[in-house]
This record gives sequence, structure tokens and C-alpha cells, in this order.
Amino acid sequence: MLDWILEIFDFMPVEASSWASRVDYINNVITVISVFCTVAITFVMILFAWKYRRKSENQKTAYITHNATLETIWTIIPTIICFVLFYFGYTVYHEMRNPPVGANEVFVKGQTWYWDFQYANGKKSTGELVVPVGEPVKLIMTSADVLHSFFIPAMRVKEDMYNGNYSYLWFTPTSSGTFDIFCTEYCGTQHSGMTAKLKVVSKEAYNDWLNEKKDPSAEPVLPEVTGKAIYTAKCAACHSLDGSKVVGPSFKGIYSGAKHVLQDGTEVVVDDNYIRNSIANPLSQIVAGYPPVMPAFQLSEDELIGVISYMKTLK
Amino acid sequence: MSNDTNHHTDKHSGDVNYLNFEKGFMSWWMSIDHKRIGLMYLVSMIFFFAIGGLLALVVRTELMKRGQTIIDNDTYNMAFTLHGVIMIFLFIVPGVPATLGNFLLPLMIGAKDVAFPRLNRLSYWVYVFGSFFAFLAIYFKLDTGWTFYSPYSLRNAPAVMSATMAAFVLGFASILTGVNFLVTIHKMRAPGLTWDRLPLFVWATYATALLQVIATPIIGITLLLLFLENAFGIGVFRPDVGGDPVLFQHLFWFYSHPVVYIMILPAMGIVSEIIPVFSRKPIFGYKAIVWASVGIAAISFLVWGHHMFVSGMSDFVRYLFSFLTFFVAVPTAVKVFNWVATIYKGSVEFTSPMLYAMAFVFLFMIAGTTGIHLATLATDAHYHDTYFVVAHFHYTIQGGAVIGLYAGLHFWFPKIFGRMYNEKFAKIAFCLLFIGFNGTFLPQFVLGMMGMPRRYADYSTFSNVDTFEYLHFISTCFSYINALGYSLVLVNLGYGAVKGVKATANPYNSLGLEWQTPSPPPHDNFETIPVVTDWSYGYGEEYSDHDHNGNKKVVAKPA
Repeated sequence: MLDWILEIFDFMPVEASSWASRVDYINNVITVISVFCTVAITFVMILFAWKYRRKSENQKTAYITHNATLETIWTIIPTIICFVLFYFGYTVYHEMRNPPVGANEVFVKGQTWYWDFQYANGKKSTGELVVPVGEPVKLIMTSADVLHSFFIPAMRVKEDMYNGNYSYLWFTPTSSGTFDIFCTEYCGTQHSGMTAKLKVVSKEAYNDWLNEKKDPSAEPVLPEVTGKAIYTAKCAACHSLDGSKVVGPSFKGIYSGAKHVLQDGTEVVVDDNYIRNSIANPLSQIVAGYPPVMPAFQLSEDELIGVISYMKTLK
Repeated sequence: MSNDTNHHTDKHSGDVNYLNFEKGFMSWWMSIDHKRIGLMYLVSMIFFFAIGGLLALVVRTELMKRGQTIIDNDTYNMAFTLHGVIMIFLFIVPGVPATLGNFLLPLMIGAKDVAFPRLNRLSYWVYVFGSFFAFLAIYFKLDTGWTFYSPYSLRNAPAVMSATMAAFVLGFASILTGVNFLVTIHKMRAPGLTWDRLPLFVWATYATALLQVIATPIIGITLLLLFLENAFGIGVFRPDVGGDPVLFQHLFWFYSHPVVYIMILPAMGIVSEIIPVFSRKPIFGYKAIVWASVGIAAISFLVWGHHMFVSGMSDFVRYLFSFLTFFVAVPTAVKVFNWVATIYKGSVEFTSPMLYAMAFVFLFMIAGTTGIHLATLATDAHYHDTYFVVAHFHYTIQGGAVIGLYAGLHFWFPKIFGRMYNEKFAKIAFCLLFIGFNGTFLPQFVLGMMGMPRRYADYSTFSNVDTFEYLHFISTCFSYINALGYSLVLVNLGYGAVKGVKATANPYNSLGLEWQTPSPPPHDNFETIPVVTDWSYGYGEEYSDHDHNGNKKVVAKPA
């Protein structure tokens, strides 16, 4: 009975991620409370208006100006409802913002007006994101130009991306199928054409797809191989791999979740965005105890993905 | 400038009023009479409202069927952008304060004019001047949406500079009005009109004026930064020169969120005036409504981040803004309860202003409760930038601010024009408008739940396109009914203003000061400045031994 009531106004799309049913539950609770309050208060308003409609010019009215008890009650009850709803919204969203360690990582690049995806083995796809069912996926997203926003209604996730920065979102698909991906940050002429498809497939199909080669000569280069070459050419002089302190901090185990303490005393978690910013704009985040001498490097998106992927392999 | 000095009072006899006090275009353009300025604002704004409305119909018609139907993508993008820019900056931001506020504020506090009449005239001139910049933006093919998000908007610098310039100049009109009202309310209240007797519309205008003065300069700062970036290449918003696009969003919403309350607070004030008059009862919880107005104005500065939950702010800030946003719900709910309680045991007359006021309460509850879906983080991740948001803010702005304005226009119409509109016609127009509005935007909530992104010229590539098309079709059909309703209202009011039957000074037996002077009011508002002895909500007090402060009654009626 309760479920039936909750689902009267449920027009949400198919629930295809681990938290979709919880998001929908919160949504349905809010909707039912909202509809109930709106209908009840409107009903009371119309009832009062009709019951006390003017029948004669001299009709007596009640001289009521306020009622402290009543006013206190109807201030406190909405406050409590709001706190509860905030809390439920917060808990699920907190989960949405904290991807588990070991999630499959896919780099996403939005540009007017299509989506590029790059997977761990260097495979690339455009307009089609393929992920295995039942495993967490983390999307590391940037934009080649203006703002875009990555929205998968079936997964109940959305996040903006912008040029020169990584944003992220994650989800665990729970059922196979093909789902819509929309751009939801207005980006010009073909904004409404900037759609893609999410294909959730079995683990085997995913592996087959990941390793299939349309053109044998175009073997995808592992991103960490690209990254290692860049490291050797540009980073190795100052950043060691064995933990020794040269000019800059060592890369040994840099992605282990450790924190860097900056000159001004702030602690930052070493993540994709920190690395990205430290390459493009090194002087903005100098680690305490190191000289501010690193020059800025202009790497392409693919090179950045390479360096980050390589650093993640350094245990 | 000879008209500046026409403040002498010897023309009051007979049928001389502010409308026929002087004649000719220049007598209006150069007028410093708050009533004439209010009326000029009203006519200009209704002109822009009509243009904005036609653009909305273009947008709706394009979306009626899948694929490209009447206009291409670029034209569509310009159409929804202009709809937003015109409706927001030229119509609903000046909105109630510039029109009814200007007209009524001095009348309601028993003053002969606002504190700075010439500043008031300047405000209108600045408004007209600012509207030219808006048209300049159209000339430069502005297609960024009314939010001008960088870096997309920086691709078309002339257009976005003109548009922000328009917002900046129009902002000055707002600031001038705000400053004027603050000083007027502080310094020019009639003897005896203490703060706890101040009509709630004046209180709402006061809270609004605070917002106008404090929030509007932010758009000026934003313009200056845009200018520095475009002229000297200083990286502020553009990431390729070291800027931060999210900073633009922060600045934009730090201004534009309080602006939402600039739109809605005066409409709430109007409803607080109308319901007691037609219920013949004192407003319930006067002090609570005052504190709720001031409270909403204060909280409005702390919640701008809820427009940016998926924009790349840090997670902690997202949690914080969600938490703070929920606080807006409480004073808003309190007001709704107070309005409903005012009707209880009253003597309710179903005039068209009362119907509009009751419709406001209903529509605003839908706007408010769907705001909870958007304030809740887990559900906002899904709803952000979908039609759910579109429907939510149209319920707030059209269902709230515009319906409130129309309620006020009908209510004070006899005072403004000294004539009556056709009541039966007004009710028919109201019904069309009400049905058309709900029919347009209720399906959009469903579209939003299903995941329809906003600002999409087409939806033919979607998986379940049939359902989307069905809902868009319904929405568009009802939008025509909505437009018909608005047209009928304007025809009815326009005809009534010229040919309607003459209205008496106080057709509703209201206790408000503005009704204690002839309709239309004379040039100087009052023959003599009235002395106020009580609040203006003492309906039915003649049956009670006590006044609203619990004291034994002395004098009931205001002078």
C-alpha cells in the first residue's frame, strides 16, 4: 500500500545503477509529502473560502490576529521535515561523491558537440561509452572547449566539466542495456545533438570489446607507456621513482592516497586534478620543503592521461 | 524642466487628478510624480512582457513535434535566450516595485511622493536606456541563455558585453528605486504610522529594496571583470588564460539568486494585502509575515550555491549550500499558513483579485515544494538542468511573481485609473490563464523526471522519444491557452482603463490609506497628510473589544 502511494508520481527512468532505487525512494517521499501538503492546504483554503463566503454585507467575522501556539507548531514541523530530507539527500549524495578504490577508470572528453572516451588499455571510442555490469566505473572528465555536463538519467548522475580541469563522477551499473547520455550544460548550436549512448554489457563482452582490433596495425598504445616516455624525457631529472628527494617530490607511491603538505600548510590529497594542475601551473601548489622552480608544461589531453596513468602504476 | 516645480496643490477641485493634471508626452516623460512614473514603467514592462511571451510561444511551437519544425537550432537558441533576458531583466526584475511599488508606496504611507522624486524619474530613464543595450545584444545575436555562462559566452564578446551592460544599467534603475524606497519608508511615513502598523506590502517592498541595493552591484563587478578580460586579456573567467569559469557562476548567482526574491517578495506583499480585504479579517500573524519577509531576504544571500551543485564546487560546499537552502522553506511555509488562516471565519468575496491571490497561494506551494526536490542533493543530481527546473522556476516566477502582479493590478486598478474593468471578463481570463499555465508546466515536471534536458532544440535522438513528444505536445497546446488568457486580461484591463465605469474612492471598503483618497488620486495624493491611529488590517474590529495589541480599543479607523 505504502509503495503504491509512493509510486503514484514516479515518472523516473529505468533504475540501472546501484543507488537509483534509493534516489527514487527519496524523490518519491519528497513528492508524496509535497503533493499531500499542497492538496491538503489548498483544500483547506478552498473549504474556508467557501464555508465563510460572503452571504450578506453585515456578515460577522472573527477578529483573530495571531495564535502563538499554532504559529510555533507550523514553524517547527516544516523545519524538522526539512532537516530529515536534507539528511537523506546528503547520505546518498555523499556516496555519489566518493568512488571506491579500484573502480574502472574511463577518461571522458567533451567537445562541441560530441563525447570522446578513453579506457585503461588506451582504447578510444566516440559517442559510445561501454562499461561492464556490476562493476564500479569512475569517469574522469574534462572539456576541450566550453562547459559541458555529463548526464546519464538511468544512472541518476550528472557533473559539469570544464577546460583545464578534471571533474569526476562514478556509478555501478546494475543492469545491462543501452541508455541515453545527454549534455546538460548549454554549449551552442548542436547542444541538443550532443548525446551519446551508454552500453552496459557483461564482463566477458566488455573484455572482448576492449581488446577487439578493427585494424591490426592500429594497436592501441597503453597510456602508461606514453606516460613513461614523457616521464623519462621531461620529469625524471627532478622527480625520482625510488623515494629519494631530488629537486621535486618523488613519484614513488604517489597515488597511494597520501597527502602533500603545501608551503602554506594546507594538505591536499594527490588526485588527478592535483597532478593536472601541478603540471600546467606548478607554482600554484609548491610542496613544503621544495623550491618553487618547476616550469609549466603544456601537455595534450592524451599526454596528461598518459602521465597520470603511469603515475598510478608507481607503487 | 519647468514641470519639476509643479508641486502646488491648487488644482485639486473637481475631476482633476494625476492622470489629467497635465497633458502631452513631455508632461509624462518629464514627470516626477511617482504615480505617473509607476504607470510609465507598467506600460513599458507590459510591452516587453508581450515580446517575451511571443518568444516563449516560438520556443514551445518548435518543441511541439520532434525534429526541426519551424526554426533551426541557432534561431531556437536565440529565441529562448531572448525570452529569458527580456522576461527577467526588462519585465520581472523591475516588476512589482517599479510599477505598483512606485504607484502605491507613498499612498500607503500617507506621503505626497517618494523621498527623491527626480531620482525616481532618473530610474525610469535609466531603465529605458538599459533596454537599448538589451536590443544591442539581440543585434549581436546573443545565444548564451540568460545566464551568460563563461567560457561559452566569451566566444561572442560583443553580445555578452551588451547583455551584461544591459543588466548593469538596468541594475542601476533597480538600485535607484531601492534607495528611494528605503529612504521614503524610513523618513516619510505619515504621523502615527509606526513600524508595527506598516502595511505588509510596504514591508515586502522594504525587504526587496534592501536586496536591490545590496545584491545588484555584484553584476557591476562582474561586468568590470568581463571588460578587463576582454580588453586586456587578464584571466578571470577564461580557463585558457588562467581564469576560472566557475567564478563567473558564483558571481552571477550571488546576484541572481537574491534577484529571485526581488521578484517574489513584493508579490507576497500584494497577496498579504488582498486576502484580508476580501475576507474582512485582519491578516493572521502580522509579525510572523514581517519577520518571514526580512528572513527570506537575509537567507537569500546564503544560498546561491544551490544553482551550482554539479558545477564543480568542492563537496563540502555542496553539502553546506544544500543545508542552508532548506532554511528558505520555513519562512515561506509560514506565510502560506498565515494566508490560509486569514480566510478562516472571514466573509469571503470571490472577486478576481481574490481569485488571483488564492491561485498565487496554490501555485506558489507547487513552486516551493518542487524546490525541495532541487535542494535535496541526491535528487538534484538527476534534476539539475532538466525541465523539472524549468517547470519549478516558471511556477515561482510566473505562478508566483506574475500572478501576484496581476492580482495587484486587478486589486488597485480602480485606484490607478479611477475606472473598473469588466469583472465577468476578468474571471474568464483568469480561468484560461490558470488552466493554460498549469497545463503548460505540469507536463514539464514529468519531462524533467524522465530526464529531458533544458535548452534542447530537439529530442528526436532520445530512446523513448514518443513519450517525450507526447508531453511536449500537451505542454505546447496549453501554452497557447495561457497566452490567450494573458491577452484577454490585457484587453479587459486596457478597455477598462479607458471606457470602464467610474470607480469610487474605496470600492472594497478597505482600511488601507491608499483608499482614503479619491480614485484616481490627485497629483499630491492627499489633501492633507493623514494621521494614522491604527494598523490597516482591523477588519471586524468593530465587533471586538480589543485591538490587535491586546489593548482596550480607543480609535478604530485611520484618518
